[in-house]
Amino acid sequence: MSVEQEQEERTIRCLVAKVGLDGHDRGAHVISRALRDAGFEVIYSGLHRSPDEVVQAAVQEDVDVVGISILSGAHNTLVPKILDGLKQYDAFDDRLILVGGIVPEDDQAELHERGVDEIFGPGASMDEMIAYIREHAPER
Amino acid sequence: MSDLVSDVLAGKHSALARVITNIENRAPGYREQVSALHRHAGDADVIGVTGSPGAGKSTLVDKVAAAYREQGLTVGVIAIDPSSPFTGGAVLGDRIRMASNAGDMDMFFRSMSARGSLGGLSTATTDAVTALDAFGKDKIIVETVGAGQNEVDIVRTADTVAVLVPPGSGDDVQMLKAGILEIADVFVVNKADLEGADRTVQQLKEMLQGRSGRPDTGHHGTITGADNEGGAVSTTEAVDWKPRIVETVANRGEGVEDFLEALGSHAEYLDRTGRREKQARERYAAEIRTLLREDANGLLSAELERRGGLESFLDEVVARETDPYSIVDELLAPLRDCLAEERDSHHG
Repeated sequence: MSVEQEQEERTIRCLVAKVGLDGHDRGAHVISRALRDAGFEVIYSGLHRSPDEVVQAAVQEDVDVVGISILSGAHNTLVPKILDGLKQYDAFDDRLILVGGIVPEDDQAELHERGVDEIFGPGASMDEMIAYIREHAPER
Repeated sequence: MSDLVSDVLAGKHSALARVITNIENRAPGYREQVSALHRHAGDADVIGVTGSPGAGKSTLVDKVAAAYREQGLTVGVIAIDPSSPFTGGAVLGDRIRMASNAGDMDMFFRSMSARGSLGGLSTATTDAVTALDAFGKDKIIVETVGAGQNEVDIVRTADTVAVLVPPGSGDDVQMLKAGILEIADVFVVNKADLEGADRTVQQLKEMLQGRSGRPDTGHHGTITGADNEGGAVSTTEAVDWKPRIVETVANRGEGVEDFLEALGSHAEYLDRTGRREKQARERYAAEIRTLLREDANGLLSAELERRGGLESFLDEVVARETDPYSIVDELLAPLRDCLAEERDSHHG
């Protein structure tokens, strides 16, 4: 009975990606777990991924949400590479692109312009993030 | 043919990924997509890999995939992880260990979660394999945590099944108990550098004495006891596969060549004995039966719902005004009539 109910609601798939050199993924673990507990399917990339690897995972796993976590400050170089890669594989339009980490305000505007849907900084709450995903996950 | 299907056949990665999503979600149109792809499938070698959590499946699969890629072959991997029975959520973490193939698009890796479904998962896995096969993958690896019957069903969608057995995984009695060991064509004692590996290999060897090959549907009658009779083994050897035991240290890439050799020789055995075709027939038979059951069940559930749901019949049963058999008879009567009519009209 509950199985059928679950199936009527589409399962949201999220990629939680750590890209670049920063060697910290406690935060990504916490987020992965919170998303899991919200009933999402989470694919965690592991540390030190290149933009190519993130694109490969996002395309092959056909995720609804690409969550990119960057603490190193390299977002201006790494995020656009990921966005371009997704476009190259026709996997940009129907995907929600989120960035998490420390992104100065000036950079935020530019990332939005390039196609990032939302940026969650250090103060963001998990509930807020989950609610945002539920509301904005693309219709397919 | 739908655009999505032609995009898959044209080798578009995002289309392949979307078809698998449709299969997982049982999204409208997925059946037509799988039907169309079926005609283009059938050339891939399908390898099942299972074993207990932490046995090193993902690491080994990563190295095997890299070796196939070096030979110029394309590879698809489906990795199945459990999902929470409470929220349905899952963390699908096997991708982390696919480091040797990072960024290589011709190595298609897809995580699937069990999504709490009982029979549905093996159907979804079979369909996903069909999609990868039609896409043109040479080798397809299905990886799943060996924990129960569900996993046994899933790896049986493979031509060759490898079971990973970690060193020191218990005494002889555990080996006798574990039903999952019976499906292996190749045993892999991974982490063979750890203490207890030799003993595990020895235990596997002992366990294999007294049986030959994957349980079969009965084209030979002497599964057990044959090797006490010396001669009996040699007469069945031509038809039966004796499971291989391979030792690997996957994270260092040791033994991977041996493992590939064992997989290759099982594939060769399948072709030489005509067993491959036989297995395919068995698999399709099982699949058709499963689909028939599921679909008939769906039809009847809808009918039951239309008549007010099961609950409405229960009062009468509890009050002994009627009984379960009569209710089933009543519900099935229109279906029976319908089939009879269909039959008559074809004859008439």
